Parts: sequence; structure tokens; C-alpha cells
Amino acid sequence: MASAPSSTSELPRAGGTHLPDDARDLVKILVTGPFGVGKTTLIDSVSEIRPLHTEEHLTEASVPVDDLDGVREKETTTVAIDFGRISLPGGIVLYLFGTPGQERFRTLWDDISYGALGALVLVDSRRIDASFDVLGLVEETGLPYAVAFNAFPDAPSHYTGEQLRTALDLQPGTPMVTCDARDGHSSVDALLALVQHLIDDRPAEAR
Amino acid sequence: MTGRRGGRPLVPAYLSTGGVARPSRPHVERLTVLARDGTPLPAGLPAAELALLELLSGGALTVVEAAALLRLPFSAVRVLAADLVDRDLVQARAPIPPAERFDPDLLKRVADGLRALKHQ
Repeated sequence: MASAPSSTSELPRAGGTHLPDDARDLVKILVTGPFGVGKTTLIDSVSEIRPLHTEEHLTEASVPVDDLDGVREKETTTVAIDFGRISLPGGIVLYLFGTPGQERFRTLWDDISYGALGALVLVDSRRIDASFDVLGLVEETGLPYAVAFNAFPDAPSHYTGEQLRTALDLQPGTPMVTCDARDGHSSVDALLALVQHLIDDRPAEAR
Repeated sequence: MTGRRGGRPLVPAYLSTGGVARPSRPHVERLTVLARDGTPLPAGLPAAELALLELLSGGALTVVEAAALLRLPFSAVRVLAADLVDRDLVQARAPIPPAERFDPDLLKRVADGLRALKHQ
């Protein structure tokens, strides 16, 4: 696994291995997107623990087709599921699960997304079409989501927001933000865009 | 595909559960919280269960964190945890207490907490 570049704006990594004593409500957000888009980097930038991973079984059939076109400096592909943890005031512990969003991971997706609040879909604007699969799966499974463009240094900057929205075929209400997944504060902003969307989008009777 | 990052596990996954593939409790999920009370450990526990109990003697952990720290698949630790819960050696609780499951303020508290994080 390539290690994440050092963050320009690091959040304190204060967590011990075990759960804080006041941990009461454990919630989960999926961070998804194609291989190499920066899922683990984003999780690492905000997690209070070094991101951990579990090994998940994939069928052999998926191995030869992992698409690495256009992905540089990503040394490995892996079916390890990375996750991180953020303890928030008030006894809330937020877990972020980096989840591959390709259709062939559907069973894994269904398992990990169980009980999740929503998904942050990371998109690389240099290869937008690599995200179609992921967005299709997220919409199919009905998990509310927000889109975050990970600002790679050489990402094209000439697209307008509307062009990107059209290219991804997003609903008008779906939040779309740009973030730098290496930057903890920027990653928190992207997560906030998602959570605010979940609050705004809640059926009126549940408010 | 890569192998495990950093070393071999103590016990191969397929042996760690003694060949049991499904947890005895259906509701052990990734974020189920596992904790130990001070009950002394019975003798003769299988190595993987002992490793899980030792890990929990330092404090509470979710199933998925225990799996990562033990370098075992989540599916295996879920089985181990369910077995230990059945034998009263470990307490398990749901990620969110049942009374708060439909707390309409939960999302707001998450948002407030994230905002507070930025000002630390």
C-alpha cells in the first residue's frame, strides 16, 4: 500500500487503540470510489487511529480485471478494506470505511453498508468515467451520498460545476464539493457536506 | 492483489474458528462493541479466542477493529465473538443503544461534532 503523502493540515491523531470510555453512538460513513482515487488517503487524513484494514474475500475471477489505467503511484491493488475512526464530542464515534464501489463487489458492499448513514463518493476528474460504476451501485442500493472531487494537482480545472454534474448525471440536490483528500480539514468539509445533505434531505416527519 | 501487510497471522483464518463458518448470533455486525468484564479466563481456550480476549482486556473494541488488530478476516472474528458472548466471556452491544436508534438529532450531533473537530 502506498503511504499517504504527509498532510499539509493535519488533525491531531489522539486516539488510543481502544474505544474511548464515553463512546456511545457508533456510526458509519462509506468512503467509496474507483481504485486509486484517494479513499484511504482521505480516511488517513481524518482518522484518530492509523487506518486499519480487514481482509475481505474476493472471488478469483475479479483479480485480472482490476483497472489500473491512469492510476499512477499506486503500487498495489488490494481487497483489504481500510477504515478509520473519529471520536466526536457527545459520545459519537464515526467510522469511515473505504469501500470499493464496483458491481463485482456488490456482496461486500451490501455487507459493509449495513447501517451506514451515507456515502461520500470520491471522483477523480481526470477519469470521470471510472466513477460511473460506483455511482450506479450507490444509487441502486439507495444509500444517500455526496460527491467529492479529489483535487489532484494535474486535474483539469476547465470544467464547470454544471459540466461535471451533467457528466456524472447527478440529481440537482446531490452535493458536489472539491476536496484535497490529504488535508484533514478539507476532508472534514467534504464529510460535512454529506452529513448536512442527510439532515436537509430527511423526510419532514422525521425532523 | 497483495497478501497481508506486515507478517503472518498467528492462526490461519480457516482454523481460527475451529471450522465454524457462521456466527451463532445473527446480529454481530462490524460495529458491534465487544467488551470484557473481569471474569477469569477458563483454561483450554483455543488460541484465537484467547487472543481476542487478551485484546479486549485493554478496553472495548468493535468487531471490525478486533479483526484488523488480530489480522483475521471479519467473518472469522464475528464467529469467535458470537461464541464468546454465548459463553458469557464477552459482552456485546449494538453500535447505537436501542433507545437512541431513531434519535432525530443524531445527524445533527454528527455535524456539530465534525465542525468542532476543525477547531481543535
